[in-house]
Amino acid sequence: MSKKIREYLINRKDNQYEVVIGLEVHAQVLSLSKLFSTSATKFGAEPNTQVSLVDAAFPGMLPVINEFCVKQAIKTGIGLNAKINKRSVFDRKNYFYADLPQGYQISQFKDPIVGEGKVIIDLPDGHKEVGIERLHLEQDAGKSIHDLDPQNTFVDLNRSGVALMEIVSKPDLRSPDEVSIYIKKLRSIMRYLGTCDGNMQEGSLRADVNVSVRKKGSKEFGTRCEIKNVNSIKFMQMAIEYEANRQVDLIEEGKTIDQETRLFDTKKNETRSMRSKEDAHDYRYFPDPDLLPLEVSDEFVNKLKSEIPELPDDKKKRFINEFKLSAYEATILVSDIEIAKYFEEVVAKMGKNKDMKLVVNWITGELFSVLNRKNLEITQSPVSAKNLAILVNLIKNGTISGKIAKTVFELMLKNDEDPQKIVEEKGLKQQSDPKALEELIDKIINNNREKAIEYKQGKEKLFGFFVGQAMKASGGKANPQLINEILKKKL
Amino acid sequence: MSEITKQSLTELVENIKNKKLSSSEVTKAFIERSEKSKVLNTFITEDFTSALDKAKKFDQKPNLDLKLPGIPMAVKDLFCTKNVKTTAGSKILNNFVPTYESTVTENIWSEGAILLGKLNCDEFAMGSSNETSFFGNVQNPIDKNLVPGGSSGGSASAVAGQLTPITIGTDTGGSIRQPASFTGTVGLKPTYGSCSRYGIVAFASSLDQAGPMAQNVKDCALLQEVISSFDAKDSTSIDFKRSHYSKDLTNNIKGKKIGIPKEYRVDGMPKEIEDLWQKGIEYVRDCGAEIINISLPHTSYALPTYYIVAPAEASSNLARYDGVKYGYRANGENLIDMYEKTRSEGFGSEVQRRIMIGTYVLSSGYYDAYYLKAQKVRRLIKNDFDEAYKKVDAILTPSTPSSAFKIGEKTNDPVSMYLNDIFTVPVNLAGLPGISIPAGHDAKGYPLGLQIIGKAFDEQNILNIAFAMEEKINFKNKITDWWIK
Repeated sequence: MSKKIREYLINRKDNQYEVVIGLEVHAQVLSLSKLFSTSATKFGAEPNTQVSLVDAAFPGMLPVINEFCVKQAIKTGIGLNAKINKRSVFDRKNYFYADLPQGYQISQFKDPIVGEGKVIIDLPDGHKEVGIERLHLEQDAGKSIHDLDPQNTFVDLNRSGVALMEIVSKPDLRSPDEVSIYIKKLRSIMRYLGTCDGNMQEGSLRADVNVSVRKKGSKEFGTRCEIKNVNSIKFMQMAIEYEANRQVDLIEEGKTIDQETRLFDTKKNETRSMRSKEDAHDYRYFPDPDLLPLEVSDEFVNKLKSEIPELPDDKKKRFINEFKLSAYEATILVSDIEIAKYFEEVVAKMGKNKDMKLVVNWITGELFSVLNRKNLEITQSPVSAKNLAILVNLIKNGTISGKIAKTVFELMLKNDEDPQKIVEEKGLKQQSDPKALEELIDKIINNNREKAIEYKQGKEKLFGFFVGQAMKASGGKANPQLINEILKKKL
Repeated sequence: MSEITKQSLTELVENIKNKKLSSSEVTKAFIERSEKSKVLNTFITEDFTSALDKAKKFDQKPNLDLKLPGIPMAVKDLFCTKNVKTTAGSKILNNFVPTYESTVTENIWSEGAILLGKLNCDEFAMGSSNETSFFGNVQNPIDKNLVPGGSSGGSASAVAGQLTPITIGTDTGGSIRQPASFTGTVGLKPTYGSCSRYGIVAFASSLDQAGPMAQNVKDCALLQEVISSFDAKDSTSIDFKRSHYSKDLTNNIKGKKIGIPKEYRVDGMPKEIEDLWQKGIEYVRDCGAEIINISLPHTSYALPTYYIVAPAEASSNLARYDGVKYGYRANGENLIDMYEKTRSEGFGSEVQRRIMIGTYVLSSGYYDAYYLKAQKVRRLIKNDFDEAYKKVDAILTPSTPSSAFKIGEKTNDPVSMYLNDIFTVPVNLAGLPGISIPAGHDAKGYPLGLQIIGKAFDEQNILNIAFAMEEKINFKNKITDWWIK
């Protein structure tokens, strides 16, 4: 793990450029109802079935803050090691659009609910601290649908008013890979906290990506461009790569970079100008007079702090200390709260004499490959933690070999069957009786006299042949260690 | 028993409770008078048939324990009423029928009152003469071609003209008190947070407040008792202990300290207003109250502050009227074109003016100089009152700098129109309660009002002072029924 990761630099003739990236992540608050109304937030509902009079901005309708969403934002702030602001203010961000019923979005501009914090990301050559600028609460807009009718645009307001957390990072990221690791870490923390499901396919997590470049070694930031609303890690990486190269090319040609908002075209793999700084909206932010400043007490925050579960960084430390895992293994196991839960459940079910290496290998090896193959989450694992624990113990105590275990595992996939039962029913128990094995080996040597002689004369390769014969004769059940010992003795 | 429509709310409630009158009789009487009073143009939407049905139903099974048993009343068309068109005096909401009820009107119906219809008002409550309404100007029952004031002009006119025994208005900068003053009626603007704003078409959220309008202080107190409630649906609603305003009403104001702010003696104020104020001072002194001269040093900044804060909030509040979801929609080439046509055809010129002012003062580069500074001055104005209330229990001022003016007299001069609110606006900026009571007539015989401003949540106190003064003043409104042939 000491290998230094290659710096991400863009090379042109005599110049090397560094890429500077900051993210504005929009994370949907995990909440049954919206930020300022009681409408449901379920994904995939029929259009306009989760819309209240408040969400549709009917005359005289007023927003009322959802306390649960406030708690979720504060918990997230705690998870980001951030300052919780005891007083925050909701502002109106004014602009016209068909899917913005109020004509303004309620957001937090000057006084966000969460201030500066930090996220530790694990890199192949160690770790790095990514600064968090702020986290604020805001409403999502509705959705305009342009492709259902040649003349008209349809509007679905189900999302209108759904609570989002905008998490703004400092410009601390330096490569597409770091961005990927950062997003995954953020997602992991929020899933541990239960404050965002992090589901990017459903739009629960998306980001505006700020990219600039500068000559390596320079301390000044370059002019940045903001790539709006990118909704997958892969696209973020592609967009950054394209955008950074575009900016470097401009500099190399002696041109300047315009500060602007750009869109990433996922089909053409390029970013395109959306609007320049001059055309930027004047959002006319001002404090929303329908809402009082949001004030939270120390008591309120402390109560939430006491409800914070063990987060990935602490869990990783504990795994390393308690289970003697390597940093690499621990990182994989804590990356997702459900994986960590599964792992700990297996460990708990294994009892005293456990082989941690074996458990980790089975989870990250066989189990992950099955989940991958079947496109399942760990929560949908066909093999329960309890049964995986039994299987690992069967290997550990010599009841079955690792090879047989793979066969048993395949059989377990069907109905999450008890491996003990499979081993008994199918007679897969390992043959570890030295007497029986000696008899078996005597027979093989007798039947292969010539080869035995050749071996004795120095053709050592033939040892493998005898092992193979013995395993075959035992139907694969012979304890391979014993076979080795006996063969060495007899030959 | 006097003619039904001439009776006060208190009398009507008593007569219904004593079964001397039925709700149907009362309702019918007001409807009949309203039918004869179309010239006043007080109603935007009449709901007479349904009102008579409700009255009949009430009479079949009267619940006489209610505070407004079977009392018919019309309300300002800024309150959303379920299944009854609500326009806010605007073309842009001309076809809008809410599926919901405002909290204030809900409170009224649950005390037994019956909706007669929706009353005319300035468009989105922006105006001081009811001339900005899409549905035409309202006549003041006091005299022909006289404005009733605004924005609750229809409400004031309807009470003064006896088309409704009581009503409710909304007051953002004087929209209850100024028309009350112009029509010889009583109007109370409660403390900000006293009445829920839920279901009231918003003008300027940090200033808007619903309030009662009536022929006398007692009726006003009773209606305030009904409409004021804590409402979780309005985040600015305040949960304070509300008095039984009508039950606790007393004319004993002995020892109360009444402040007279020197800054309200503005340049060019007519002598009759000055004299009226003097008379008011003598009345409260006669009641045993103590007069104390006070200073509210930032008063002269109130009007400019108001005309930054209110349009700023309005420009944002009115963004929702875009032709997309409800209300008027003009056809356009594309979305932007549709917006532009809808809003320029749907809003009248005063509303457009205020949207533009509001948009301007919130724009980047101007925000600090206008909006932010206005918020700071607003704080100073509130501090002035806080200081004053260390020495006095209430403040007495004129309600308006003049009596009602002629229709069309000020329509081309918005600034002179805005000056109407000079005495009422500081009260909204400070979030305080204020009541206007009729206190005399000018040379033309038009009514003039005095305003009593209270401490926050101290409605009972200003109602008591108003009640005591009312007795001394013994004002008689000169309604000649000139419009009834």
